Amino acid sequence: MTDELAGALPRPVLRKQRSNSWLIWLVPMLAAIVGLSLVVNAWLQAGPEITIMFQTAQGLAEGKTPVKYKDVVIGKVEKIRLSADRNHVLVKVALDKSAKSFATAGTRYWVVRPRIGLGGVSGVDTLFSGAYIGADTGDSSKPQEEFKGLENPPAVTHGEPGKSFVLHADDLGSLDIGSPVYFRRIQVGRVVSYKLDNDGKGVTFAVFIDSPNDRYVDGSTRFWNASGVDVSLGADGLKLNTQSIAAVLAGGVAFQDPGGPHDSTPAADGTNFRLFADQSSAMAPPDGPPSYIRMRFDQSLRGLAVGAPVEFLGMNFGKVVSVRMDYDAKTQRFPIVVGALVYPERLGQAHEKLVALAKRRGDNADLSHMIGTLVEHGLRAQARTGNLLTGQLYIALDFLPHAVKADYNPDARPLEIPTAPGSFDKLQEQMADIVAKLDKVPFDQIGNHLNDSLASLDATLKQVNGQTLPALNDTLHDARKTLGTASDTLSADSPLQRNLGQSMQELQRTMRSLRVLTDYLGVHPEALLRGRRADPAEAAPKAPPAAQPNRSQP
Amino acid sequence: MSALPRAGELGLIGCPVCGQVCDAAGADGGALACPRCGSTLHRRKPAVYARCWALLIAAFLMYIPANVLPIMRTASLGDIDDNTILSGVVELWVKGSPGLAVIVFCASIMVPMLKFLALGTLLITCRRGSRWARRQRAQLYRLVELIGYWSMLDVFVVALLTALVRFGLFSLVEPLPGVVFFGLTVVLTMFASMCFDPRLIWDGKEDSDD
Repeated sequence: MTDELAGALPRPVLRKQRSNSWLIWLVPMLAAIVGLSLVVNAWLQAGPEITIMFQTAQGLAEGKTPVKYKDVVIGKVEKIRLSADRNHVLVKVALDKSAKSFATAGTRYWVVRPRIGLGGVSGVDTLFSGAYIGADTGDSSKPQEEFKGLENPPAVTHGEPGKSFVLHADDLGSLDIGSPVYFRRIQVGRVVSYKLDNDGKGVTFAVFIDSPNDRYVDGSTRFWNASGVDVSLGADGLKLNTQSIAAVLAGGVAFQDPGGPHDSTPAADGTNFRLFADQSSAMAPPDGPPSYIRMRFDQSLRGLAVGAPVEFLGMNFGKVVSVRMDYDAKTQRFPIVVGALVYPERLGQAHEKLVALAKRRGDNADLSHMIGTLVEHGLRAQARTGNLLTGQLYIALDFLPHAVKADYNPDARPLEIPTAPGSFDKLQEQMADIVAKLDKVPFDQIGNHLNDSLASLDATLKQVNGQTLPALNDTLHDARKTLGTASDTLSADSPLQRNLGQSMQELQRTMRSLRVLTDYLGVHPEALLRGRRADPAEAAPKAPPAAQPNRSQP
Repeated sequence: MSALPRAGELGLIGCPVCGQVCDAAGADGGALACPRCGSTLHRRKPAVYARCWALLIAAFLMYIPANVLPIMRTASLGDIDDNTILSGVVELWVKGSPGLAVIVFCASIMVPMLKFLALGTLLITCRRGSRWARRQRAQLYRLVELIGYWSMLDVFVVALLTALVRFGLFSLVEPLPGVVFFGLTVVLTMFASMCFDPRLIWDGKEDSDD
């Protein structure tokens, strides 16, 4: 059967043999080359591996979280594990080849998470993209593999032009990392870090002032905490002084040079400064070392608070640091002991001169001895009212002209300054005196007497009204009648008037006849004896009618 | 000689294109061509072992970067997430889609691995002329050929998502180099299975028991 078929079947066409079956091996070779190139590439791209220690791995993810410098990805988190003591998180980071310089000492790493503070919002992008690790280069080129991550982003990136300065303050206030630093109310820098002093007695800040404004910081520059609102009620009205609202809320530092001539060469990087509580204390003359003084008051010190000023002739000289009560068994009284820190150098030239004087005299230039001399001249501490509205007291060191002699021990420690009752207390005493005297006045009795007197006056008046006045009225009535009669009598046509005229005429006639008589007698004195002689007729008829009415009239 | 003759024993070659049967007895010197349609004729596919092994090895080499490199980047609201095949499976499983995770695992990891194993087994056993489980091996080969193209599932998913999910900042899907290697793996394994000649399974001495 096969043979039959074999003859009928066609023969296949013969072609030239191609022996290129080995070509197929190019395919795996190619694949191997590609794979190898990938491996080589990965090996070439692989940068250094570093380990960063963080407090927490919050927001970090293995194989995902990038490491960025200036927003450029320079590496990736490979592995996150706990440290052996379980206190930290060790984050293994594979840096890119190009980021080799980030595996050197001085490089800083921190986790960028969204942070919302009063000073602003940062890292908003990480809200969506997740946290990433920020990096900042250092100076050193020494390789390092283990890093300690920062918990807060550094406020200053490496190589930023500017200078950093160190500030010392009593407390942190409302300052925080990133708080602004103002110069003439322009933000020129920020607070970079703060830490508690080793002795726990203060806080040390580092501030960074950007170039070129860092040149305004010189040796005599004063820094102060600009966080607060400075409200002052003075002779020129209400004054509100702040740097900015942001500074009020979030805190801030301001600096300025004091007025007057001073050294203005820019301060070196890292210079130490003191951070004052406010502008006025910053601008005050330098304090110098403080001295502790103590005062014993025998009166109530209501309104004297710790921190109240101590003034010497009106100059701010120090502040009260303690107000404590004591008990004196002898006098059964409760004196109040006030402790204060005073800064003699605040007195400026006065202090220098006093020191010079004390030295010249060969005396101890110590504050206690100097004060001893002053106490002899009447220096006393007084608690005075600083504000009548609030009753706040302050301590005034003043020379009292009539001060009672006080014993003063210059070697006593702490230094105790004799006190005198305050002027306000004197006033109070006088007021009390007056009040006591007024108290003694028998106002009650006076009142009673006055009351009685008034009652009798009332009765008298009633009597006057009821009896005297009507009688007086009648009297007046009668008087008017009398006067009317008098008036009638004296009128021109009254009979009295007429009679009077007639009487006067009669009197005239009488007088005339009397004259004739005297004349006759003068000439004829014998007539007295002989009688009248016969007369010419013209004179005789006149004389008798005049004499007769005259004699009959009176 | 057994009861049933084989085409090779009779010196016959069938054309795989037009079905023409030729008498090729004694014509071993060069390449043969079909006298009717001109297609190349072989008794068995030429250089089966070399081609198959080469393609299989190449596919396996490609399979390594396909698994190591990320295949897809999903970015939503700035949260960039690069996924490899395995991490994608893990993520699906963790995020509560175990069904999908199983499907992706089967299509992307199990099937390619099974293909490597199956083809490797077939090549080794045929080379040795083993008569072990010939029928099952033939079925295995048919299975390998059948599921070959379904392994492109991952590539399809990435291609589809990349085209569909483009919402700028909010959501974005991008293909990453891993998917290219994965595609190459699938293609190379398909070539390898195409190169294999299942007739090799039946070559060699006929099993008397069979």
